[in-house]
Amino acid sequence: MQKIGVFVCWCGSNIAATVDVAAVAEALGKQPGVVYATDYQYMCSASGQNLIKDAIRDYGLTGVVICACSPRMHEATFRKTISSAGLNPYMLEIANIREQCSWIHKDREEATKKAITMGTAAIAKVQLNTPLTQMKSPVTKRALVIGGGIAGMQTALDIADAGFEVDIVEKKPTIGGKMAQLDKTFPTLDCSSCIVTPKMVDTAANEKITIFSYAEVENVTGFIGNFKATIKQKPRYVDAEKCTGCGLCTTKCPSKKSLNEFNMGLNTRTAIYIPFAQAVPLVATIDPDACIKLKTGKCGLCEKVCEAGAIDYAQKEELIEREYGAVVVATGYNQIKPVQYEEYLYNQSRDVVTSLEFERLMSASGPTAGHLQCPSTGKLPRHIVFIQCVGSRGTACREKPYCSKVCCMYTAKHAMLVKDHYPEVECTVFYIDVRTPGKNFDEFYRRAVEQYGVHYIKGMVGKVEQGDGCLKVQASDLLDNRQLHLEADMVVLAAAIEPDPSARKIGTMLTASMDTNDFFSEAHAKLRPVESPTAGVFLSGMCQGPKDIPETVSQASAAASKVIGVLSKDFLLSNPCIAHSDPTLCNGCSQCQNVCAYGAISYEDQMVVDKGVRETRRVAVVNEAICQGCGACTVTCPSGAMDLKGFASNQIMAEVDAICN
Amino acid sequence: MQLNDTNQAVPAESGAYKPLIVAFCCNWCSYAGADTAGSSRLSYPSNIKIIRVPCSCRVNPLFILRAFQRGADGVILCGCHPGDCHYTTGNYYARRRMTLLFSMLDYLGIERERTRVEWISAAEGAKFAATMNEFAETINRLGKNRKLRDLRCEI
Amino acid sequence: MAIDREMILQISGVNPKLCMKCGKCSGTCPAYDGMEYHPHQFVSMVENANLEPLLASESLYTCLSCMACIQRCPRQVEPAKLIEAVRLAVIRQQGCDHLLPDELPALLDPELPQQAIVTAFRKYKK
Repeated sequence: MQKIGVFVCWCGSNIAATVDVAAVAEALGKQPGVVYATDYQYMCSASGQNLIKDAIRDYGLTGVVICACSPRMHEATFRKTISSAGLNPYMLEIANIREQCSWIHKDREEATKKAITMGTAAIAKVQLNTPLTQMKSPVTKRALVIGGGIAGMQTALDIADAGFEVDIVEKKPTIGGKMAQLDKTFPTLDCSSCIVTPKMVDTAANEKITIFSYAEVENVTGFIGNFKATIKQKPRYVDAEKCTGCGLCTTKCPSKKSLNEFNMGLNTRTAIYIPFAQAVPLVATIDPDACIKLKTGKCGLCEKVCEAGAIDYAQKEELIEREYGAVVVATGYNQIKPVQYEEYLYNQSRDVVTSLEFERLMSASGPTAGHLQCPSTGKLPRHIVFIQCVGSRGTACREKPYCSKVCCMYTAKHAMLVKDHYPEVECTVFYIDVRTPGKNFDEFYRRAVEQYGVHYIKGMVGKVEQGDGCLKVQASDLLDNRQLHLEADMVVLAAAIEPDPSARKIGTMLTASMDTNDFFSEAHAKLRPVESPTAGVFLSGMCQGPKDIPETVSQASAAASKVIGVLSKDFLLSNPCIAHSDPTLCNGCSQCQNVCAYGAISYEDQMVVDKGVRETRRVAVVNEAICQGCGACTVTCPSGAMDLKGFASNQIMAEVDAICN
Repeated sequence: MQLNDTNQAVPAESGAYKPLIVAFCCNWCSYAGADTAGSSRLSYPSNIKIIRVPCSCRVNPLFILRAFQRGADGVILCGCHPGDCHYTTGNYYARRRMTLLFSMLDYLGIERERTRVEWISAAEGAKFAATMNEFAETINRLGKNRKLRDLRCEI
Repeated sequence: MAIDREMILQISGVNPKLCMKCGKCSGTCPAYDGMEYHPHQFVSMVENANLEPLLASESLYTCLSCMACIQRCPRQVEPAKLIEAVRLAVIRQQGCDHLLPDELPALLDPELPQQAIVTAFRKYKK
């Protein structure tokens, strides 16, 4: 039997004005198990807290009930109080007689009666409280960043800056991501390569950062502070240590017909390739699908020309196990291939390109060395039509329901760059809305219209047809209320962006929740925008939703600061109000595992002694560091093995009984 | 204690009958919503007693059956709005479980209006008070619950 | 019965509120130039219950029902269905029977499927 102390707070007149606190203390004092009951003006004041501490010592209290304001207000305060008097902090229950009683009732008798019932329920619950301890788990002081684009690099650099080790896992042969493919950046029109390649070099040079390029995260287990990841290092067939990146092999390779991914397939590359001149690491990679030696066993030219002796056709896939304290997802995005838009002729005409392809066509490192040409003829186009919102903002099955956010700005950039280099080229942009929120963004768009003479037409292109030596564009001009029939040499589609397809697999292995569009969900849309609901998993960049480079970099740094917050701790303290399973009752049905949103429940074989019989059974085990204490499993458990500490079934039943008495 | 004179359906023998209502509120949204109602001094009947649970999915249907057994006349379960659950999906589980429970209660002859699930966010103090008032009025109208009661409680 | 917005919406099953006013329907329409009111205007006029000019317009009968606008509308508004509904409403509205049972025998043709007559009768006999 517990020895319970009841403390009724007046809260000045907040409670005392409508509740007869002395009567409450007197009535609760008569409850079974209560050895001490009193009332006081301000329980949360220093003297009020001393009153509690003294009573714990003088009466040898084992449980405390405080009738005061909401537990959301002072539960933590009073836990500290009783803890400093030597009581377990979880031997406390609070009856909320302010917000849920005195403040909402006017009748004194009625409110007093309710306060007594609430106090009784709290006493009934505290009778069944058990001491709980917060669990300490150690923290592995290393972070895993999945994805080596600008988001991943920025996060890694910031974490490394704070002195912690970071691993970047990038599935492509080089880090740099999409930003390395861009020509210029809005709204300053500075060269994208010039700002991203130094970051790539910094990342590689940072001694705290390890880059696993051409590698994928195969599996992640564990929980905040203690993740274990398996990284699959794909074979490059080139010894990355020996390769000097001279590129001689790429000039000799006879297999020249693979599409160049870096140039969005606009030209070809050899089977052994370096994605681009500033790649990091600057190491050649052999594409096993194109390499003649790997496919037929004959050739081996690259091996012959390589002076460093770096070619290794026998290289095998390697699995690397590493431990981490936190994981950052920076898996980025892709631009959709608008192949389902037969009305835009993307499949049929080489002169219809997506904006990322156009980016490569404009880039000095691109297939045309930055000279604007129609892909079909190689001639300078006379008229370019830009179509906005292709695949974004729609509800039909081929559409994405969201706004891709960056298209309005990059289209203004494209048109402006074209006009800047080739003033004679006409640029027409068909838009639904021009969305340019951002610092200097609207000014940038207006500059395209006012200074560069880009035609902005409110309306949508209905169809593009192959004409005689040109593309015939049929569109509506909503403001002029007419249908336009234009002739264009190139059509650029601002195709929607979508999360990288690898994100779904990574979300599943991290049990990080995703929305219906496969963007990662944040723990709270406003207040925790860079954290996943899964503890220890953080989000950086486009994987969480469309955003431009400055936003991506801000989020990357924000995610890094959250990671540093985890890694700087030696131990993590966890909420002890979590689920636990009674192995003698557990029937091994796995239902709890299925409902757990955090993957906190696993099954293992345990020696169970049940009614004198020893046997090995498959039983549920709750990982105390992952469980968040929602209690979904406790209700789903058909055998009643699962219960929640601090909110145990018998405690809630006791409350129900006390209230309904 | 006073008789609610607008209530026509109160059984004659109950005199000063006041229904007993149990409200299960999740810690993150609805319990905080109740606090908001309190801070805004929005009144609701004193015969509604709140039990705090970490999440609406912690509410075992047995708790609700127990409440009816012990003499409750109505039970309301409040959680976060769909999509806002602190534990991501807890309220979805609660919703499904309650759908099943309510259809069973219906089968047992407990009026459908005696049980209710409501989504109330931490900011919706006004909604909390309005919901409670409305629910109390419904239960008042239905009168005392006679099904499922543990007869030993009557002695 | 007077033609009103609700009637058109009920006949067509279209929700014009879905429209985001991109104008792709009008961009795509092959009969655009023959129309006084264009597909995107149809949607907007029905939504705003501005039906009088529409009912009087020949544009109703210019629509070819090619369904290109339905195919390409990103928001699944289905303007062609709306136009068809207005057309139907006009036919029904005029109240007079466009087809009387007595006229039927003269129309009969051994090649004509019975179904066509029944359909026409449903449509034009009010």
